[in-house]
Amino acid sequence: MGILTPELERERVRILKAAEDFGLDCFETIFELVTYDQINQIAAYGGFPVRYPHWKFGMEYEHMSKSYEYGLSKIYEMVINNDPCYAYLMEGNMMMDQKLVMAHVFGHCDFFKNNIWFGKTNRKMMDQTANHAVRIRRYMDRYGYDTVESFVDICLSLENLIDRYSPYVEKTIVPKQPENRSENPLGLLRVDKPYMRDYINPPDFVQSQKQKAQDKNLAKQKFPETAEKDILKFLMHYAPLEDWQQDVLSIIRDEAYYYSPQGMTKTMNEGWASYWHSKIMTEKILDDSEIIDFADHHAGVMAMAPNGYNPYKVGIELMRDIEDRWNKGRFGREWESCDDIKERKNWDKKTNLGREKIFEVRKIHNDVTFIDQFLTEDFCVRNKMFVYKFDKKTNRWVIDTKDFKAIKQKLLFMMTNFGQPIIKVEDANFENRGELLLSHTHEGIDMQPDFMNETLKNVFKIWQRPVNLVTVMEGDGHLYRFDGQELVDKKISTSPSNV
Amino acid sequence: MSIREDQSRFKDIVKGKVKENFRRFVTQGELIGKRENEFVKIPLPQIDIPNFRYGPKQQGGVGQGQGEPGQEAGEPGDGQGQAGSTPGEHLLEVEMSLDELADLLGEHLELPRIQPKGAKSLESLKTKYSGIAPVGPEGLRNFKQSYKKALKRYISSGIYNPKEPAIVPIRPDFRYRSFKKVVQPQTKAVVIYMMDVSGSMGDEQKEIVRLESFWINTWLKKHYRGLETRFIIHDAAAKEVDEDTFFRTSESGGTLISSAYKLAQQIIETDYPPQDWNIYPFHFSDGDNWSGEDTRLCVRMIKEFFIPNVNIFSYGQVESKYGSGQFLKDLQKDFPNEPGLTLSQIDSKDKILDSIKEFLGKGK
Repeated sequence: MGILTPELERERVRILKAAEDFGLDCFETIFELVTYDQINQIAAYGGFPVRYPHWKFGMEYEHMSKSYEYGLSKIYEMVINNDPCYAYLMEGNMMMDQKLVMAHVFGHCDFFKNNIWFGKTNRKMMDQTANHAVRIRRYMDRYGYDTVESFVDICLSLENLIDRYSPYVEKTIVPKQPENRSENPLGLLRVDKPYMRDYINPPDFVQSQKQKAQDKNLAKQKFPETAEKDILKFLMHYAPLEDWQQDVLSIIRDEAYYYSPQGMTKTMNEGWASYWHSKIMTEKILDDSEIIDFADHHAGVMAMAPNGYNPYKVGIELMRDIEDRWNKGRFGREWESCDDIKERKNWDKKTNLGREKIFEVRKIHNDVTFIDQFLTEDFCVRNKMFVYKFDKKTNRWVIDTKDFKAIKQKLLFMMTNFGQPIIKVEDANFENRGELLLSHTHEGIDMQPDFMNETLKNVFKIWQRPVNLVTVMEGDGHLYRFDGQELVDKKISTSPSNV
Repeated sequence: MSIREDQSRFKDIVKGKVKENFRRFVTQGELIGKRENEFVKIPLPQIDIPNFRYGPKQQGGVGQGQGEPGQEAGEPGDGQGQAGSTPGEHLLEVEMSLDELADLLGEHLELPRIQPKGAKSLESLKTKYSGIAPVGPEGLRNFKQSYKKALKRYISSGIYNPKEPAIVPIRPDFRYRSFKKVVQPQTKAVVIYMMDVSGSMGDEQKEIVRLESFWINTWLKKHYRGLETRFIIHDAAAKEVDEDTFFRTSESGGTLISSAYKLAQQIIETDYPPQDWNIYPFHFSDGDNWSGEDTRLCVRMIKEFFIPNVNIFSYGQVESKYGSGQFLKDLQKDFPNEPGLTLSQIDSKDKILDSIKEFLGKGK
């Protein structure tokens, strides 16, 4: 890997200066000049120069180098969230591209540093991944390559079973109240006159209170007391694992949490970086001869597809929309309640708060809150957005609707939990047999059955007792149970929550 | 760099998968369709780490562009113009060289290596560049090595000036690429495929022959570089055709097997002197012959011409609804224990591997 050529270095300084003048606030950013082979490798490693040995990186690498060699795709930009930020430029790209990438990268760096959802990530991840690699290699030396690799496979198969919001919740331990059994265990109302007793506390009320108390007692016996979303953590603590296995699981979990905010803010992050590369390039950096190439490449990145969601496009347009609205004062009660089309069209209060607003947005929002708060009907119409679905009758993907509510709902659904099913540990002593019960909070979409079965088997390999999963398939509740030998699928009538 | 390690590990896993599903690959024609020179593309189900995920069909998504509700949106894909941090789904297509494929076949069927017959007498000389020497013709002067040598001399004698780093090599600095002659034994081989294309051989039967011949070729190619193939089709008369025609032609009419054998004999006699060539005639038919008279002629030709002159003569009988399969029985009767002849009955596609094993299992 090489340092920048004097020409690139000059541009870097210029672009950084421009970015800072606009108010961007980045970690120190180190650019490295790499060959296409190196960038493919780094990309296969998820942006890091060193990762633990695993064939999935080899598969990614193979795929990327093939696509590059056949001219199907090429990686322009690669930046990792670290302090200092590392970013990679590919040797032999044209000067305009390099400048574009640098401007884009500064946008990301600013986002990494200032967006609160990145606040809890490890900023020395570069060192951390190298450390992880050393640990896993050491286990491989000690326990055998295949043993460790197949355990890593199992862990990776469960890596999405984390609680994405848990890093932001300060967990405080609430001290348990000493049991006050004497006073009034059933919570009955006070009776002063004995003859009023059955009227103030009617028998069926007493009965229901008794029942409640009993349920409460049962719940206390249940473990975990409340359903646990961070299944990896749960398994780390309670599954019968060897020390090294526990450590490997913790490594996979750490890395999953590190990558999690990137998934949570994909649209915003790309939108922000694109907004800034466009601004910096067009207003400060480009010279006349480069403008056509810039427009061409920028348009390539922003291309809309009828069958895919382009976070770059939606992100940049939303950022610009917000800036525009806050510049013109198109927000607040007065704006919302205005029904006059003409008045709305010419609405301009010259508030000029746009720039300030988008800086605030990049600080506090993630994709879910971003879309929830700023996606407007006007925006969807202007950007020709729609929902598509699979039509079973014709076996084709078709446009379903252009309704604003449906679009917003679909987008939010895609972004909540990063488009992954929500699965929790419900009970670690299911049916009093030490079996694990997982439940899938079904939100209208079934899980993919073959993957589900295989994953359940992997959970078994860690829990080492039968594992159960409650979910919904084609409208019916199902309980899947894998006991190490066979997978049994049982229809259940009750909804998953009250098994 | 350590990605190589991961990559080769991945390739091993792929090879393992191919091995696991080898029987299926053999009996499916999809491999042959994806042949590119020395490589075969094998479509594999994505080697994926399973996780809890949504099924795609109910999911749908949000797209952008022209169009009204009800119009087609196209297969969902990665809508981004730029590579993101999440790689898209992709069907895995792995490339495998024919050589590796032959290894797999050999391993799977436990095929013995072929002992080429007597052609060791034929030897060819090849020039191989293998090293660096202080003398040689100017045309082979190696600039880099010569420069290095000169630079070393400059530095060690203390006359190197970094400010003016000009290096002037002198005679002893020059280095030349050197070569040596390598003697390579040359083995030559030809496969002659003969097939009955009379009315009773249907498409399914031909598909079987096509698959068998692909695998036989793959295996033989591993042992003989520059393997030649010839194709003969016959009904009542035989003619030589190219590979494409061989698998496409469909004729009606009777069957005279001896016509093909005569043509094969003629080809061998004119083009492939048996003392220099390893010759592999393969004949596929459904076992119907015109007359007992012709069968007797065939038997005599096999006995008198083919067995003494070729490595091994192979006859494969493909099961068909119309064929009587008499020819195989006749050959079995006439050659109860003949090492120079292999007979194989192929009932269906599933039997292809077994039949290949019968053909190639003798290691000749």
